[in-house]
Formats: sequence, structure tokens, C-alpha cells
Amino acid sequence: MDQFTLNLIFVGASFALYIGIAIWARAGSTSEFYAAGRGVHPVTNGMATAADWMSAASFISMAGLIAFTGYDNSTYLMGWTGGYVLLALLLAPYLRKFGKFTVPEFIGDRFYSPTARLVAVISLLVASLTYVIGQMTGVGVAFGRFLEVDNTTGLLIGAVVVFAYAVFGGMKGVTYTQVAQYCVLIAAYTIPAVFISLQLTGNPIPAFGLFAETGSGEPLLQTLDQIVTDLGFKAYTEHHGDTFNMLLFTLSLMIGTAGLPHVIMRFFTVPKVSDARWSAGWTLVFIALLYLTAPAVGAMARLNITQQFWPQGTNAEAVSVETIESDPAYDWMATWQQTGLLGWEDKNGDGRIQYYNDAAPEMQERAAAAGWEGNELVNFNNDILVLANPEIANLPGWVIGLVAAGGLAAALSTAAGLLLAISSAVSHDLVKGRIAPNISEKGELLSARIAMAAAIAVATYLGINPPGFAAQTVALAFGLAAASIFPALMMGIFSKRVNNTGAVAGMLVGLGVTVVYIFLHKGWFFVPGTNSFDDSDPLLFTVKSTSFGAVGAVLNFATAILVSRATQEPPQEIQELVESVRIPRGAGAATAH
Amino acid sequence: MSDHTTHPPTTMTKDDKAYWSANVRIITICLVIWATVSFGFGIILRPLISWIGVGGTDLGFWFAQQGSILVFLALIFFYAWRMNRLDRQYGVEEE
Repeated sequence: MDQFTLNLIFVGASFALYIGIAIWARAGSTSEFYAAGRGVHPVTNGMATAADWMSAASFISMAGLIAFTGYDNSTYLMGWTGGYVLLALLLAPYLRKFGKFTVPEFIGDRFYSPTARLVAVISLLVASLTYVIGQMTGVGVAFGRFLEVDNTTGLLIGAVVVFAYAVFGGMKGVTYTQVAQYCVLIAAYTIPAVFISLQLTGNPIPAFGLFAETGSGEPLLQTLDQIVTDLGFKAYTEHHGDTFNMLLFTLSLMIGTAGLPHVIMRFFTVPKVSDARWSAGWTLVFIALLYLTAPAVGAMARLNITQQFWPQGTNAEAVSVETIESDPAYDWMATWQQTGLLGWEDKNGDGRIQYYNDAAPEMQERAAAAGWEGNELVNFNNDILVLANPEIANLPGWVIGLVAAGGLAAALSTAAGLLLAISSAVSHDLVKGRIAPNISEKGELLSARIAMAAAIAVATYLGINPPGFAAQTVALAFGLAAASIFPALMMGIFSKRVNNTGAVAGMLVGLGVTVVYIFLHKGWFFVPGTNSFDDSDPLLFTVKSTSFGAVGAVLNFATAILVSRATQEPPQEIQELVESVRIPRGAGAATAH
Repeated sequence: MSDHTTHPPTTMTKDDKAYWSANVRIITICLVIWATVSFGFGIILRPLISWIGVGGTDLGFWFAQQGSILVFLALIFFYAWRMNRLDRQYGVEEE
């Protein structure tokens, strides 16, 4: 059976499973559509939240970014897990006690202001839409390779599938679908990593293999540092970038994680306040299984790739074009070349492909002596690394098929969760909360579905020309959530003094400044070529647009506190609301209103 | 402690205030550890602990790529366990 058929079988079978579950658990009432009647166990909820939250960025993109940058991209690992500490300690139990369905609902009630609710809806839509664009980038990469279609066709197929089960399932369908997706994605991520770790270090646990010794008796990371510096690249384990930007970026990702509405919504669906606390922990357990493996995947893939291009060692001859074209171990290069995401070119016509850093001065000397005319691996899109990894390591065909299914599970599950957050914000907060309060339950569900369709159309359109690799686009979404939603939620719980005017001003400043900063660097509405600055030379010091969320959050906090001080203190009943949110006692089932 | 549950849930008693400040104290301690392992050991303090080797690199690298995640997990479970105990201690747990 050829690889294409195997991929189709794995991807097809996993889709059939998800759609089957969505149909089986079809939502009836609005309460079931949003929150599954709150009957979800913390462990189940944790697993579903993990699938919901681990997206194409985590699965497809992150290890590739770590592989080609090394230590400096540890920011993704710390940032995307550290946010759960903030979520568990600062938000989850209190929002569960509050007992409503959506994030804007909490903000609207706590700040006794329909305007605050509206601003929260806008923040949510901006952050979630940006996030969905990142998912669509991942979907395009995955389908492009495995169905052997072009990027745009892949995006369209993915869009139809996400739409189908998010629309017909609602939260309950999504919850159980996402449990299934978690199982598929974690197996798909771990199994190839175990094989590769065994091949390289003999240790079956990739997280330990990363720090183990290779066949030569030298630690893996030491070998890796050696061969990449031989080729003029920066040492893998060393810190090269700007420390200030690294700190801000990590902080942005952390705060953003705790401010993303589709993740927070999950904690509304557990039965009790104490379960909300445990739930955040279980979610992180399931996320950590992937996140502890990811750095091993990155380092091992970098080692494998470099050694494939220099099979006799970095000081000997590079791999020949003939070998690439005839040796089955190099088949992955031909298949990935079709997607346009990988490219090589024998520039000096010596029949060999030299992969090295042609910007490094010491390599220019060696290149001149050896007659090289620049790096001949001209294109290696970081987003293909995880998907190509099993092929690079020559793993069996079924593993490659499984990884295809896993990558799609990651992208689709998150996209579905985001679409649910988007649709509930539009139907529940915008239509029912503002435009037509007397709308029937049926009309509310209809508007939810229309909102989903519109969101997916916009995201698919923008996903064709994404502002960066999947993980970078997603990082922008985290920055937006960090600057707008998280500060409002935290102040709503931890301060009785912050009032309606303060919260609205804070959110507007945080979101507004961050959006402008991102658009200045990534192009207005992400249209390529409309940017005035570039992330390699940003507007403010060394702060890249992906790191700006932390600055936006600080501005949000500062504005809200200063404006609140200058205006009237919140009314008595709001102060009592804050007091009641702080205490678990009396948390009933959630109510719609 | 049974009389606490007789108060209406929206009124904050003296004990409720003590409960809240105990909670804030636990949160503060946890967040100090959270920041120390990630921003500290993983990034800023990495050079200071680089003399401790871990499999071909140094301890700071391990904290940045794996250690912080393990500490985060421990923090969340500790907080859940500690708070559920605190709830019972102050009689503010859910029925």
C-alpha cells in the first residue's frame, strides 16, 4: 500500500470518528450548546481542554521553531504552559463561582456596563480570529502534504470539516470529540518521537533522550552544538537573542493563555469551584505530555537533518544530488518539495548540496576554498518539521499516516473551540445581550451558527496569506488576549475599586495599542507590504510585535487603575458581587440570563 | 464553624476576609516560585547556575525546556489541594 493511501486511511478514519461523536452528542438546548450541562468530569474536561488549546501551533509548528533556533525559542515552552498557573490561581475558580456562560458576560456584569461587555466581545473576536488564522496556516501545510493538493485546496477542505462538527455539535459534541482528538494527537506526537529517541540514544522516553548520550558516547546536545557550529550556525543550547524581548515574549504567552476566551470557557463547564482548580492541573498534565516531548523532537530532528546533509561528517563532502534522488532515505525531500515549502538548488554545479550558514564569516572562508556559492538548502519552512520528521527518520508508513491525522486533529480541535467561543460571543453577548434581547432559543442558535460560518470564511481567506509561521500567528493572538481580556478579568476579581469607566478605558487602551503595534509590524489587517516596521528592527527598543502583549497588559492595568481612581467607586451591589465571587460557598449551577 | 454557612453568601464576614487574605498569601508564594523557575532559572539566572551540568548542557537550559513545566504542574496541584483544605477550614466549601 502506498503512503498516499495510508495517509488517506488514517486521516479519513480519524475524521469519521470525530464527526460520528459530534452527531451522537448533538446539542439540543442553548445551555447544552455552550456548556454541556456542566456534567463534565475534571479529568475529561482537562483532556478536552488540552486538545482544544494545543493547536497547530503546538503540534505542527513549535518543535520546528525550537529546532532551528534552539534555546531562545524555549519561550514557547515556558510561555504556553506557565499561563495555566495564572489561570488556575487567578481566574478559573472565581469565574466558575460567578456561574455564567461567557467571558464578556462576566465583564459586563462585574463592570455593570453593556459597553464593557461590548468591548470584551470585540477583544475576544479580534484575538480568536487571529488565532484561527494560525490554525488555518497549519491546516494548509498538513493537507498540502498529505492529500498532495495545493495549500488553498487544503485550507478549503479543512474549513468545511471544522464547520461541520462545530456547527452541528456545540460544546458537548466538541468536548467528547476533543477527548478523541487528544488521544489521536498525543499518540501521533509521541510515537514517532519514541522511535527517533530509541534510534539516537536508546532511551524510549524522548524527554530523557534529549539529555542522554548518542551511540558515540557523547551527549546528544553536545553533538548537536558541535555540528551546527561547524556549519556556521549558532550553538543550539546557547542564548543569542535579546534577553529583554525573550522575557516579554514569555510573559505575553503566559498572560495570553490565561486570557483566551475559548480556554476560560472550559472552566465554566466543570461542576464545582474545587473542580475548576483541579481541572486546570489536569489540563496541564495532558499538555505537558506533549510539551516535554517537543524540545526532544526539535533537537533530534535538527540533528537528523544536519547529518543527512553531511552523511560523512561536517568536515567531509556534502550529500550528493544523486543520493538525494536515488536513496529512499531522501524520499521526503522530493515529496515536500511538491508543497513548495522545501527547496534545494545545486548553485555551484558540483553535484552536491551544501547546507551551511552562508552569512557566517568563518564559513565564507571555507566556502571560498571549497568553491561553494552559498547555502544550497534554499528553503526549509519551519512548519514542515514535525510532519516531515517521521519521514526524515525513515519510520514506517503507518507512523507517517498517524502524524498526518494528529496534526489535523490539533488544528481542527482548536479551530472548533475558537469558533464556538466566537459564535457564543456573537449570539449570546452581541445578539441576545444587546441587539435583540427577546430572541428565541432557536434564533440564538441560528445566529451562533451564522457567526461560525462567517468567522471561518474570514479566517480561511486570511489563512492563505498568513502573517507568519503558524506558531507566530498564534503568538500574536495570545498577545491580543493578554492585552485586553486577562487584565479586565483579574482586576474584576482582585480589585473592588476598579469601576466601569476604568475597565472600559483599560481594555480599549490595551487592545488598541497592541493592535496598532502588531499592524505596524505585520501589515494593516495582515495585508503583506503595508507594514512600516519590521520585527528584526522594531519600533520600541527590541520589543517584537509578538512580545508586545505584555506591554499592552501593563498599559491596560495602569489605565484602568488610574481612571478608576479619578472616577466614582463601584456601587455597593457590585462590591458584594466581587466578595461573593471570592468565596466558593453557594456556587450553584450556572444560569443563562 | 457551622455558623458561617448561615450567613447569606453575599456578605463578607470577618472570617471570609481572613480566608481571602490567606488565599492571596498562598497565590503570592506560588507566583514567586512560578517566576523564579521560568524567568529566573530559565532565562535571567541561567548564567549563575550554569556550573550545574545536565546531559551535555546546563541546568538553566533544562529549566527553560522542561524544568519549569514540571514546577508549574506541581504548583497548580499544590494550590488546588491547599485551597480545598482552606475552604473546609473556613467552612466556605460548596455543599
